[in-house]
Amino acid sequence: MAKHRGRGVATINYPIGMNLGGDPSQALVHSNPTGKFTVTLSSIDLGQGMKSVTRQICAETLGVPVDDVYVDTADSDTGPHCMGSFASRGTHRVGNAVMAAAREARAVMMEAAAEELEVDPGDLETDGRGNIQVKGAPHRSISVRDVAIAAQFRQGKTISGRGIFLVPLSDVDPETGEMSPATCYAHACLVAEVEVDDETGEVAVLKMTSAYEIGRAINPKLVEQQLVGGSWMGMSHALYETPEPYYPNTRDGPRDFNEYLMPGPGDICPHDIIVLERPAPDGPFGAKGPGEMCANPVLPAVANAIYNAVGVRIDELPITPEKVLRALKARGGAPGSGRAR
Amino acid sequence: MLEFRKDIFADERDDNLKEVGQPTQRQDMLGHVTGTSPYYDDHRFANLLHLKILRSPYAHARIRSIDDAAAARAPGVKRIIRAADVPVNLNTLLSLIQFGKDDEPSLASDVVRYKGEPILGVVATSERAALEALALVRVSYEQLPAVFDVEEALKPGAVSVNAVYPKNTFEYYGKYDHQKLRFGDVEAAFKQADAVLEDRYQMSPIEHAPAETNGSIAVPDTNGRVSVYTSTQALFFSLDTSAKINALPSNQLHFIGGTVGGGFGGKVDTMTEPLVILAARLTGAPVRYRFSRHEEMQFGSPRGAERIYIKDGVMKDGRIVARQVRAYFDSGAYTRLSSYAVVKCVAHIPGPYTIPNVHADVFCVFTNRTPATAMRGFGVTALDFALECQMDKDAVAIGMDPLEFRILNAYRDGDMKAHRRQAKNCALIECAQVVAEKASWPLRDEFRRMSSRQGGGEHRTGAAAERTRAPAPAVPAATPRPAPASPQRVSYERPAAAASPSAPPPTQAPAGSTHGAPRFSSVFGTRRR
Repeated sequence: MAKHRGRGVATINYPIGMNLGGDPSQALVHSNPTGKFTVTLSSIDLGQGMKSVTRQICAETLGVPVDDVYVDTADSDTGPHCMGSFASRGTHRVGNAVMAAAREARAVMMEAAAEELEVDPGDLETDGRGNIQVKGAPHRSISVRDVAIAAQFRQGKTISGRGIFLVPLSDVDPETGEMSPATCYAHACLVAEVEVDDETGEVAVLKMTSAYEIGRAINPKLVEQQLVGGSWMGMSHALYETPEPYYPNTRDGPRDFNEYLMPGPGDICPHDIIVLERPAPDGPFGAKGPGEMCANPVLPAVANAIYNAVGVRIDELPITPEKVLRALKARGGAPGSGRAR
Repeated sequence: MLEFRKDIFADERDDNLKEVGQPTQRQDMLGHVTGTSPYYDDHRFANLLHLKILRSPYAHARIRSIDDAAAARAPGVKRIIRAADVPVNLNTLLSLIQFGKDDEPSLASDVVRYKGEPILGVVATSERAALEALALVRVSYEQLPAVFDVEEALKPGAVSVNAVYPKNTFEYYGKYDHQKLRFGDVEAAFKQADAVLEDRYQMSPIEHAPAETNGSIAVPDTNGRVSVYTSTQALFFSLDTSAKINALPSNQLHFIGGTVGGGFGGKVDTMTEPLVILAARLTGAPVRYRFSRHEEMQFGSPRGAERIYIKDGVMKDGRIVARQVRAYFDSGAYTRLSSYAVVKCVAHIPGPYTIPNVHADVFCVFTNRTPATAMRGFGVTALDFALECQMDKDAVAIGMDPLEFRILNAYRDGDMKAHRRQAKNCALIECAQVVAEKASWPLRDEFRRMSSRQGGGEHRTGAAAERTRAPAPAVPAATPRPAPASPQRVSYERPAAAASPSAPPPTQAPAGSTHGAPRFSSVFGTRRR
């Protein structure tokens, strides 16, 4: 009886947004009379960071500090239509809608500033710190606050913008499956290292090493949160979770968290993550979205690592100790020692 | 533990940005860490009523009779809600985008098709009173045989699960029981392959297991509108579904979402809102309907099970020359979103690899279990598991390192994919290379030098694609193509007939086209690349 180590790899890609497109999102951006901006969405922040991502995209596009932007979500009376928070579409679809709305608002803001400074709007730039200045002559500047006051009370201009982003719906050929499923894809590779106990059938994930290419990391901390959380979910899918443990037999279904198995904090392993950014031509600042994909490579990488450790293929999820032991028994036991990789 | 490789693809990026790329703290962080962010169930209302649902104890049964007289007289009970009370009882979620037929009742009246299917609701002054009243309802069932296995469900003579789709499969394009993918000639390629491997993969259902179960509160306002506090992931999706089922103009509903205690795809199905709105309108009082943990685990829709068969033809030099996939999505008793996932799955085949001959048939199958729904990686997660396990077996079979095998077959810019669109913006090879370096996974020099940006092109698949290009339509060019008998996804809340009849036939995009090239679709008159 022994513990065997092994490692396995998987490479994947993931489509961004609803399959075939046809999933619009809208955004509204407006300034209050003192130059603070509100982004109004009906989109939902599930904790993934929709508010933060759209806030940073709005601030970057307007050319104002992120503290001067507030994102209001999830109200059908005030927020314009959004298809929903799913299909890894938030950053790409809603981000683009916010970018379009912020561009429109920025154009009015620059016109208002130009009128105040008595220059051509094309000669102006934002400094990202709350000021608008003449290119090459930063001493000729006006604060966004003063521009907003002037626009509201003197010029009668509304510093606001509307944005929508829609990837037009694609046809599907019933005979060949010809279609345009997505406009961009994120990518990943993950190596999992496991230890298999040939007496109990238990599998421990010891370490993961991964690379994710996600177009542009709008907020690296939120990316990290997704990738770390997603790998935990992937490990949980691979080794623990199901409401039907003997599928397709429906018996022994769990009713609560005492019966529904998931890994605990002690089962989480070290994970080295590398992020690559190949900008998507149609992403906001090139962003794609790391949301769904990060669970996916973990499942096969763990299964492949188990094969590398003890020479059995478990092709049915989840890979429970019972399945590992049955496979080892069928194989006539584990190899004498874990094969080095 | 997280590092950036800004050196890779640096020439394609403008990194001179101020706010984008910063690790800015989220604007709602203080509320989250102090436990004060408001969830739907943090809203408090005087005289709140509670909706609880009677669920079927059987996977398949005919309802002979329902006697709720004792329940209606029970203490605290304000209203019994029966199927006949639901204005539009039959619905399918994707009817909002004209995809599929209405096949699922809010409350079952004649037949129950899965264990846990809602039959009747009780609105009472407390959850306890509602549950105690439910225990007084007497239902007479005639048990029917049930089917739980996707392949059993497709056999002749199998139990028919869903009356709207009597053959137990979702109907595609009004004529097919599955979605097809045809690219090249797999049979010819299998004959030439040095090794042919075939295997079967199975993913069991998976529960989203959110900390916050599905739920919502409906509050009638003084002017006839209803405000709905909800945990939904898709505000307007849930609003429009609720408006349809309640036969209300959409502007009579005000949906307020906000902080969601875990979604993962499990809060798209709008499982509580339509009935809680109905309950609020029937009683004139605020009503809450929230799933218990048991309901969430067993009767809230899970990630559906998938069974996937893969057959690969591989050459000794490492090239995959053919891949055939046959897959079955277990949709449970009703469609919900599985029909969509099937098409997304087909779009994903054969994975991020360039394979000249690909053939797939993917089925959305009805069985007598809890209807499945979206979950993180919908349509893709189980397929990736199957594909990547198969890739490992392929590599072992021809004696090649599994990572080098993947790099060799990885798709590159300019390659033709099986769904007949050119690959672009690829980065699989680079991900593999940096992981190999970090994990000290030995790669030979030639694999370390490969690039997603070089060596791709239609020469890797072009001839194969040509062999199976769809034949030109037999109708004269001037004749508009007939609308499909069963509308597929067309557009949001717009009938299929609205599709432009004068759209030109699909044409092959010019070689070397990039994003934004000439496009076509029956709706928008343009084709995406």
